[in-house]
Amino acid sequence: MAVMSGRILAGTTHRIMLQLRHDRRTVGLLLVVPSLFLTLLYYMFDANGMVFQRVGLVMLGLFPHVMMFLITSIVMLRERQSGTLERLFTTPLGKLDLLFGYGVAFSIVAALQGTITALVAHYLLDLDPAGHLGLVIVVAVANAVLGVALGLLCSAFARTEFQAVQFMPVVVLPQALLCGLFVPRDDMAGWLQAISDVLPMSYAVDALLEIGGHADPTTTMWRDLAIIGGAAVLALILGAATLRRRTP
Amino acid sequence: MGKSAITVDQLVVHRGRREVLHGLTAQVARGSVTGLLGSSGSGKTTLLRAIVGVQVVHSGSVTVLGHPAGSPKLRRRVGYLTQSPSIYPDLTVRENVRYFATLYGRGDDAVTEALKTVGLADAERQLVSTLSGGQRSRASLACALVGQPDVLILDEPTVGQDPVLRDELWTKFRELARAGTTLVISSHVMDEAEHCDRLLLIRDGYLIADDSPAAIKSATGADNLDTAFLSMIRARQAEASLEVG
Repeated sequence: MAVMSGRILAGTTHRIMLQLRHDRRTVGLLLVVPSLFLTLLYYMFDANGMVFQRVGLVMLGLFPHVMMFLITSIVMLRERQSGTLERLFTTPLGKLDLLFGYGVAFSIVAALQGTITALVAHYLLDLDPAGHLGLVIVVAVANAVLGVALGLLCSAFARTEFQAVQFMPVVVLPQALLCGLFVPRDDMAGWLQAISDVLPMSYAVDALLEIGGHADPTTTMWRDLAIIGGAAVLALILGAATLRRRTP
Repeated sequence: MGKSAITVDQLVVHRGRREVLHGLTAQVARGSVTGLLGSSGSGKTTLLRAIVGVQVVHSGSVTVLGHPAGSPKLRRRVGYLTQSPSIYPDLTVRENVRYFATLYGRGDDAVTEALKTVGLADAERQLVSTLSGGQRSRASLACALVGQPDVLILDEPTVGQDPVLRDELWTKFRELARAGTTLVISSHVMDEAEHCDRLLLIRDGYLIADDSPAAIKSATGADNLDTAFLSMIRARQAEASLEVG
């Protein structure tokens, strides 16, 4: 039997999108909140436009990651707890159908979110990276997919939704602190820099700063993007390993 | 081999540190309705989970349609209704059933038919979260029926349903069996047991009766199944205390 089926993957993606469509408030929050947050940053750094150019750009890439991580870990936990996951495993659905179903559906949402936020940032808040705005969205979506993959993985270690939410500070916060946004990575103590080197978000920030500073896509940016993609695939594979058809 | 759809052989299952099924052996004939009876906590659901292949088994084996339970070939041919409705509350009834139809490779006709069978054709556009408990479990049942599987494992499909609907569902189950589907249906309502070709009574993880409703009644001299089962349980307890004493 095939590991993945086009029909089942498409059906699963469609089902997840339908679930989102019935939850208009969540969709509204997902699409609007990042723009509002950026607007807040814009006025905070009113006196220092250069800071906003840097922080705003980085936020554009990080927002989808954090949100998708949270949403995915809770949705997947629900799937485990409500018994639907167990039921799905008695059907022809493969583990990868389910994981990639979530990956694809939330990537579409992330792309929408990223595009809206990027357009607002560029046209209303004068965010003007040297590179192409489309590339910013690409990095944002890649980072969102990474968030989905990490969320799927972490949901395996949470028994309740409270625990799932607690994984956000555990997984996301250290990455955000060490990614080079607050302190440039080169200025960190050696051991912190070593930790930062193995956290995927560091590469997302690096990629965004490359786009901010160079008119054309740089080799470093492509390398960073590949690392983010690789980390996402790795997390998805680990996530698949945590899904068990048989449970005690 | 040909006649038996499900063969359970010396099945031992542990949940946590407890052994909940103690070397259970039973057979289920093709195209029959088998009732699985027992109080809550007796091991009914565990046995059903083992048959659909989502239960970790300690020892023994379960064979379904000639394949080990849970093998990929079976997933298209076995339908499972869990005890508490496992469907998506944030989708409409029809969207739920259509999703499961997609998984089994069935079309829209199968969706409509399944909805009609469970009496939810009128509520198909309603969100599952707005349904009553009984409607919800029927929506969940429709998701199992829509795959038109050869084997249907139903964990308490009629709980909380109104008497007329319950009767209609049993008529449908009989119809499916006549057409060749093998059904295993758990229940703790004894009057439903009369609809079954064969009954398996489980108590504390042991199979204490495995026969047709008529044979069980005549063996115990009781005129209804409730009394029959009670006397079987008593007889067994007496036996056990003799062994200990």
